[in-house]
Formats: sequence, C-alpha cells, structure tokens
Amino acid sequence: MSEPRDLVGGAPETSFTLDFDGRKLPAHSGQSIAAVLWSAGITAWRTTRQGGAPRGAFCGIGSCYDCLVTVNGRPNQRACLLPARPGDTVTPQEGTGHGALV
Amino acid sequence: MPNRHSPDVVIIGAGVVGAACAYYAARAGLSVTVVDRGPVAGGTTGAGEGNLLVSDKEAGPELDLALLSTRLWRELATELPPETEYEPKGGLVVAPDETTLKALRTFAEGQRAAGVDAREIAPDDLPALEPHLAAGFAGGFHYPQDAQVQPAQAAARLLHASGAATRLGEEVTALLTGPDGTVRGVRTTRGEIAARAVVNAAGTWGGRIAELAGVRLPVLPRRGFVLVTEPLPRLVRHKVYAADYIADVASDSAALQSSAVVEGTPGGPVLIGATRERVGFDRSLSTEALRRLAGQAAALFPVLGEVRALRTYHGFRPYLPDHLPAVGPDPRAPGLFHACGHEGAGIGLAPATGLLLADVLTGARPALDLAPFRPERFGDGTTSHAANGAGA
Repeated sequence: MSEPRDLVGGAPETSFTLDFDGRKLPAHSGQSIAAVLWSAGITAWRTTRQGGAPRGAFCGIGSCYDCLVTVNGRPNQRACLLPARPGDTVTPQEGTGHGALV
Repeated sequence: MPNRHSPDVVIIGAGVVGAACAYYAARAGLSVTVVDRGPVAGGTTGAGEGNLLVSDKEAGPELDLALLSTRLWRELATELPPETEYEPKGGLVVAPDETTLKALRTFAEGQRAAGVDAREIAPDDLPALEPHLAAGFAGGFHYPQDAQVQPAQAAARLLHASGAATRLGEEVTALLTGPDGTVRGVRTTRGEIAARAVVNAAGTWGGRIAELAGVRLPVLPRRGFVLVTEPLPRLVRHKVYAADYIADVASDSAALQSSAVVEGTPGGPVLIGATRERVGFDRSLSTEALRRLAGQAAALFPVLGEVRALRTYHGFRPYLPDHLPAVGPDPRAPGLFHACGHEGAGIGLAPATGLLLADVLTGARPALDLAPFRPERFGDGTTSHAANGAGA
C-alpha cells in the first residue's frame, strides 16, 4: 500500500523513534506527533475532562483542540501541529493534563 | 398611540440589567419588549466575569443594592437552568501586611453593620480555604455571600424566563413623545414601538439614550481586561483578591490600575480580572495591562505561574462620577426610566435593579430608597423641551 509520502515522491531527511507511553514509535522528520501516532495505529491519546471519553486527532489542522497531548511534560499541546522531534517524550493526557498541580 | 399590540414597557438593552428589568417587570404583570442593537449580552455583560460581590463594597447604597441582589440571585438560581452556573463560592480578600489588614478590618466592620457576613481569617487558616495561596499574607477576610454566575448565560436565561418579546439587531434611533412631551415609546431602525414607559438599560451607552430624551446622564466607559487560562483542575476555590482591589474600584483615577481577582470556573479555565482604565472606547490590546494581571495572579497563586493563558477579553464598564448606578424615573423626561451605570458590578446588581424598577413602574413602594440612584443627581441636564417634567 502506498503512503502519502510515496505519492509525492518524498523522502524523509532523518528517521528516529518517538517515546510514547513507554513505547518506541518510528518517526520521520517533518511528521506531526499526530501523524506518528496514527502511523502506529494509535487513534486516541487523550481523555476528556468530563466523562473521560477517548480523543485523538479530529480536524487535523489546529482548529478543534481535540488532539491535545502532553509533550515533554507540557500538557495541552496540539499533536496535529507540533512536529515530532528526536528525544521527545509524549504522554497520553488525562483531562486537563494538570492533575499534578492539585 | 399605544394600541393593543403595544407593550406596557420597552426596555432598551439586552444585557443582564435589561434582562433583569424584563424579568421582574413581567413578574409584576407588565408586558415587556426588549430592544437591543446587538445580540443578548453583546456589550459589557458578555465581557464580564460574572461577579456577584458584596465583599468589595463599602457600607452604603451600593452595598444595600448588592445585598438585596445576593438574596434575589439565590432565588433565581433555583428557577434558572443550570447553564447559569450559579456558584455560591464565597470570596476571600487577603492583606499583604498588617497595615492593610487593619484597614480591611475597619472596612469589614462597616459592612457587618449593613448585614454582610465577613469573617476574619488568621494567616495560619488561609491554606485551609485556599491550599494554593502564596505564603506570607498577614491575614484575610472570608465573605461567604460572594458568588458567581456565567454572565452571558445568566442574562440569556433571565431574559428567556421573563417571556418578554425581544427585538435584537434593532437600534433605537429616537424616543417617541406624546403631545405633552412625555416619553411614549421608541423609534428603531425597523419601526416604532409605542409603550407607556421606556427603560434605559443600555449600560455603557446609556448616556446616548438619555441624550435622545434631551437629558444628561454622564455614563463613561472604564476599560477592563480579563485573562483566561487553559482549563485546570480546581486550584482556586473562592473569588480571591488582594485588598488593594477595593481601593482600585473606588478610585477616580483615569490611569491604568490593576489588582488581580482570581477565580476558577466550572468549565475549568481560571479567570484573572480586572484592570481599570479610562481610555474611552479604545478596543486595542494593552500588553501592559495583561502583563500586570498575570504577574499579580501568579503572586497570589504561584501555581498559576506554571500554566498558560489562552486568551483575553475586555469590555467597558459603565461608570457614573459617583460610582453609583442610575435607577428610577427621570423627572426631566417623564415616561423615561433609567437602569444603567452599574460600572463593574452590573451582573451582581442586576436583580435588585430589576426588582426596584418594576416596583417603580407598577407604582409599588420600592424595597430600597432610590434617592441615591436618582438619574438627575448630576444636574445640568435639563434642556428646554423636557423642562416641564417636574413630578417624580
């Protein structure tokens, strides 16, 4: 099966792994964190503040804020906009992501 | 001429004060139409935090209005839907030093005599009320009567509950007058509405409505910014502010003043108010105002230094020179009633204002003396064509 990158004949400059919830996920430079997660078959990485329902990328263009995730300890990052970088640690986010402040 | 389709009262302004006037007037048996050039809560109401405060008001007419409103909001909370987000959370005023604490004690003494529940909190007991409050305060006062609503929702739900006819997006361009000069309705961009009485609940723009009647009501805008954080777990339980906020509210200075009022919301974000400055209707963003608010909020709650501010909004408080609203009939323009100029306290003071105004409209005896709120108290407003209106 071809990937979107094959369709445009692109090749990643570098490949690395992204740490997600203790797993090492293959990542390419230029991919958003949401793209890395989707490529690994992960579609939900956050729970809602009320009810704890699962959420992942919805609009994919930074508008809906459904894809919030904790990156390197900083909660509420939009996975669909934030490029994956070597050494990043991505953590599933529960609710506000600020539970530790209480 | 009024006909069978004419309402008893036309209220200009679909903010929280207009909504409360509509609610209590309708409850008193009057038929009401509310007109606004914009949407519901499109002016200062929608730019507020939803403060229902007695804590920041010194003993006097405004505090009496606030205390009456406190009782009325409690009643309304049982009648309005949960979206109103009424939270009787209480306020906490903290004093950075002994001098301020003494001043606060004197202030609270006067409030207590007027019926306010004000409890002094020793420094060691502050963390029990607010676990994340910074250390080092000399003490504080807890005001259990302080509460909060979601202001735009509160106005909309109150207006809906009134059953009043609403005409939005329709600007009042003139007041209709009878042969004797009495105000008998409004002309709008879409037609005329005849009525026995017209209520000016136009908030910060109330002076312009007065002008249409040829009378002067010196309502001026006092700009305020609010900072909104990302959604957080409940870190802040009360409305918390430093004692110098009270001095800011009462100040007559035009310069930028800021003293953070910090509060959590049911939605999650923490709201950080409230700057005050007189810059006319200037809508430009003031980074200086926001910088100060953020710094002061983090000084009260160091944990807020760790979180992000997502957005900011601002609005224009309608203030009159003596910081009291104008509530009641205008003897210079019979048929015209005012309910505006509540400065930053309009959400809190709305129900009492609406109730008192409904009393006046129906000829009942108002629950409070309206003399301090007389619209004509700033004088000098009478123009020739309205000079015959002597009876109040």
